[in-house]
Amino acid sequence: MRVPIEWLSEYVELNLGVQELADKLALTGTEVERIERHGLSETDGFVVGKVLSREKHPDADRLSVCQVDVGEKVQIVCGAPNVDAGQTVGVARPGAVMPDGTKLKRAKLRGQESNGMILSERELEISQDHDGIMVLPDHLEPGTSLAEVLALSTDVLVLEITPNRPDCLGIYGVAREVAAATGAALKPPPWSEDPGSSGPLQGVEIVNQAGAELNPRFTARVFDGVQIGPSPLWLKARLMAAGQRPISNVVDITNYVMLVTGQPTHAFDLDRVAGAQLTVRRAGAGEQMVTLDGQERTLDPDVVLIDDAEGPTSIAGVMGGARSEVSAETTRVLFEAATWSGPNIHQTSWKLALHSEASTRFAKGLQPEQTLWAQALATQLLAQNAGATVRPGTIDIGAEPPAPVTLPLRAARIKKLIGTPVAEHRSVNILTALGFDVARTGEGLAVTVPAFRRADVTREVDLIEEVARLEVLQDLPATLPARHEAVGGLTERQRLVRRAADLLSAQGLHEVTGWSFAGPEQNQKLGLEHDAVQLRNPMSADQSQLRTTLLGSVLDIASHNVARGAETVRIFELGAVYKPEAVGSGKAEDTHLLALLTGAARPATWRDNQPPVADFYTAKGVVTALLDGLGVDYSLEAGRANGALHPGRSAILTAKSQRVGFVGELHPSVAAEWDIDQTVAVLAVNLDKLALPEVRRYRDLTSFPEVREDIAVLLDQSVTAAELVTTIRSAAGALLRDATVFDVYRDAERLGEGKQSLAVRLSFAAPDRTLTDEEVASKRAKIIDAVGKWHGGEIRG
Amino acid sequence: MIERIEELLAAGRAAIEQARDTAALEEVRIEYLGRKAELPNILRGVAELPPEQRGPTGRAANEARKALETEIDARSSKLAAAELEQRLIDDKIDVTLPGDPQPSIGRLHLLTQTRREIEDVFLGLGFQVKEGPELETVYYNFDALNHDPTHPARLETDTFYIGEDLVLRTHTSPMQVRAMLAQPPPIHIIVPGRVYRPDSDATHTPQFHQIEGLAIDEDITLADLKGTLLAAVKAIFGDEREIRLRPHFFPFTEPSVEVDVSCFNCTQGLLEDGSRCNLCKGTTWIEILGAGMVDPNVLGHVDYDTERYQGFAFGMGIERIAMLKHGVPDLRLLYDNDIRFLEQF
Ligand SMILES: [Zn+2]
Repeated sequence: MRVPIEWLSEYVELNLGVQELADKLALTGTEVERIERHGLSETDGFVVGKVLSREKHPDADRLSVCQVDVGEKVQIVCGAPNVDAGQTVGVARPGAVMPDGTKLKRAKLRGQESNGMILSERELEISQDHDGIMVLPDHLEPGTSLAEVLALSTDVLVLEITPNRPDCLGIYGVAREVAAATGAALKPPPWSEDPGSSGPLQGVEIVNQAGAELNPRFTARVFDGVQIGPSPLWLKARLMAAGQRPISNVVDITNYVMLVTGQPTHAFDLDRVAGAQLTVRRAGAGEQMVTLDGQERTLDPDVVLIDDAEGPTSIAGVMGGARSEVSAETTRVLFEAATWSGPNIHQTSWKLALHSEASTRFAKGLQPEQTLWAQALATQLLAQNAGATVRPGTIDIGAEPPAPVTLPLRAARIKKLIGTPVAEHRSVNILTALGFDVARTGEGLAVTVPAFRRADVTREVDLIEEVARLEVLQDLPATLPARHEAVGGLTERQRLVRRAADLLSAQGLHEVTGWSFAGPEQNQKLGLEHDAVQLRNPMSADQSQLRTTLLGSVLDIASHNVARGAETVRIFELGAVYKPEAVGSGKAEDTHLLALLTGAARPATWRDNQPPVADFYTAKGVVTALLDGLGVDYSLEAGRANGALHPGRSAILTAKSQRVGFVGELHPSVAAEWDIDQTVAVLAVNLDKLALPEVRRYRDLTSFPEVREDIAVLLDQSVTAAELVTTIRSAAGALLRDATVFDVYRDAERLGEGKQSLAVRLSFAAPDRTLTDEEVASKRAKIIDAVGKWHGGEIRG
Repeated sequence: MIERIEELLAAGRAAIEQARDTAALEEVRIEYLGRKAELPNILRGVAELPPEQRGPTGRAANEARKALETEIDARSSKLAAAELEQRLIDDKIDVTLPGDPQPSIGRLHLLTQTRREIEDVFLGLGFQVKEGPELETVYYNFDALNHDPTHPARLETDTFYIGEDLVLRTHTSPMQVRAMLAQPPPIHIIVPGRVYRPDSDATHTPQFHQIEGLAIDEDITLADLKGTLLAAVKAIFGDEREIRLRPHFFPFTEPSVEVDVSCFNCTQGLLEDGSRCNLCKGTTWIEILGAGMVDPNVLGHVDYDTERYQGFAFGMGIERIAMLKHGVPDLRLLYDNDIRFLEQF
């Protein structure tokens, strides 16, 4: 919404500079996008001139040499075809700065001296007319500053009007808001004098078949003796400053009226309204219509049309038709101002992708009273500027507008909600300035809502907002809520999630944030056959689904980094995956954690420039640290959790006999899909499935010393480390505190084909005594026995 | 004989003095105190001397031997220390070679760091953290939050739809309603989470993150909203920060405000070089969030008594706060996940 200050000041006695005004508006609820300057930045050097004589330029066919009285006589060379002796014109003198910033100089044109420029309307940004010079009324005194005669420049407030305030879509509404915000005096609305009359109107017939819900009010007047021509300069200048292109007086007046009142209007050439009748009706299903922009559109019964005797002339509230537009020949005008259903216009305009100044206003919901404001103002302007005579009577179809609502406003309620008291007379002043009627009652105030705020202010709290925004907000105290019973804190699961991220970052993994969106090819590339949640209106095909795994987004990010030269990538993501089968259950998301490692398992140095690459065991080390750190009991068994993994190098993670995740290397062909040609190790945990850790109980590990022993066992390679350790543990019983494989040795020549030697470090301890050598020796003997019995293992060395 | 002993002692001392290293000193020891040396021979021969010479000669020889031993020991430890020192000096390394890189500490994503920082502030203020579903019903996302049936945010241009009645939540606000349905007041919660809108340009990504706040009780006021947000803003952006509330419009709060924080990047809108501050555009204020008193219509949806209960709600963008606080110039950096970006924070 563009509000020229020059125009605004017709309705309110501004008492602030434009920047201060903008600041004040911004702090009272009217968002000011920016302040623009329209027209001249400096009016010095722009004067009224009288053309004394005009002669053809001796050396240029299209130029004239004019003698002009600008307070003194000067010679000006002019290129306009319409310049002539006797005209009163606008002149820019040498030194004047044009709106585009160029500074005018004395010049010679084809040998003839020129001391300035005779101005066109476009050069002053009054209109886009550049066919000829601007001709001013004759009575003006040559040499008078042009700024005294015309609004050559104005600041323009560019406002963003929030959807609750359609009343501010009119400049008078903004003026009312300015008055309330600054205390400036508001002048009566420009429609308070209506030269027209109510009562029956002869010569046109209007029928509303669409009903009062879609078309709450339809008003029309008829003007005779209309002379189509250009608008006066002041009107053109205002429209230009407000962002509307001047066209002709009648069309300009429809726009001007809309900009002042907020109410869109339409002028029909009455002689081209077939049958001099208009019918408001719903479109038929599948009805076709060519709109002003030349497009054929298919309509449905929710679209409202205005017909004349020959069919549709316009889509109500959205777009007029060409057939009955006013033209240069128009002499009789049917002037329409109607109210349409906001939601219906909104729907129509989106459905047809037709958005006009009118449709955006109607969509926000206008009040029926505004139609007659527009008729009154248009009647004044058409008489003054188009020579029109209003025919007696006004067509006014529609129900009586709703009666005004009176709401209570309790001082105690204001204080309770805002937290600070407001003196009653301050509330009265503010609400009165905003156009509310206020009466005092025993309990506080009785506030009657004006029509133009009917939709927005329906409850006491809405009145409190008005008082708060204009009176309280800028000095509101800052207090903290009383606590009563509220207690803050994270849940155990929230702490678990935080701790998981901390444990991974402590191991040198960076957290990443991927997209929840995925394309169907993602799971295909991963070899996953999950169904995915589909978006109905995705932005692109590769964002048309919601991910079912974090593998895709983490691989995208790893690949992005590898492509940018990263040799080692250690990252993890913690986020939701989406389960189509659970959509509608209220919990379609699981929180997963997925880490990816590729490149060196530890940083290379000049002493160790070939560190091992991250592989299954690196990922296993990470997941071990993670789950140990979380205090979760888990087990890992060889197995391929999904098709993205290496068939021989992956394991399934189980906790509390639930599958909660996996560890493994990626299948090399999957890694290749992401252009990574080195080993990629991953681990994933479904954090929602992980049982919360139990409280850890104290164990005495310090009072009595541990006895450590190493044994090396010669075994078949088919025996896993876990099987060996399990056997050792069950043989040794409770005194064996720990057993860890610390070396694996395979050498067919020395150990035999298919054999391996596993070295195990054993720690024995008892909680209540120091173990004797005999106790340890007997445990060791049992271990050797069991290893031989269950695995055919022999103790080496 | 005594003279000879004195000669040997003097010669020995001179030799000790001249020994330049522990090896030379060892030779001196062998020469003067070794098995074949003269002084020990004298000592061994004392018994064969005439009785009157035995005492003086034995004493003198013994003393001389002890003296030489002591001096050799003293000299030896001195020389050994010097030699050790020299060996250490010779064992010099190139200290300029790179040190061993330790496994580096990873970083939480800047969005996580920011989210936790905000969470922690509100935990300290007595709020609980709640998470709501990202797949949300139209009812919770719009209807219960007092959005008109024609509110433009409902359009497919503004909301991702999964089904007629199911959307990707466009804000964390639906959790306000869910939380109120789940428990009676008092409620003090914040709701961090991922939200979605079909928008993609320099300042919008189709997914982003918000933190919603909700406080409902019998006596929670707009002034309490200001105090709570002021405390949060000071904790996040520094103790000198101020906030101001500007009236605004949101469907689910009344009154509604936008909250600005005083600019931390400039003095009176100007940078040190006199140019206009790009953060606050010279206004000295930066918009950071939207807030307001929960609209009675929303409280009505959950059957709260609107004469008895009231409270505030607010919503802030985590990306915006992270970018403002750390001077990140482009939203998309947060989603590029370039390690060189991630490890800066
Ligand atoms: Zn600044």
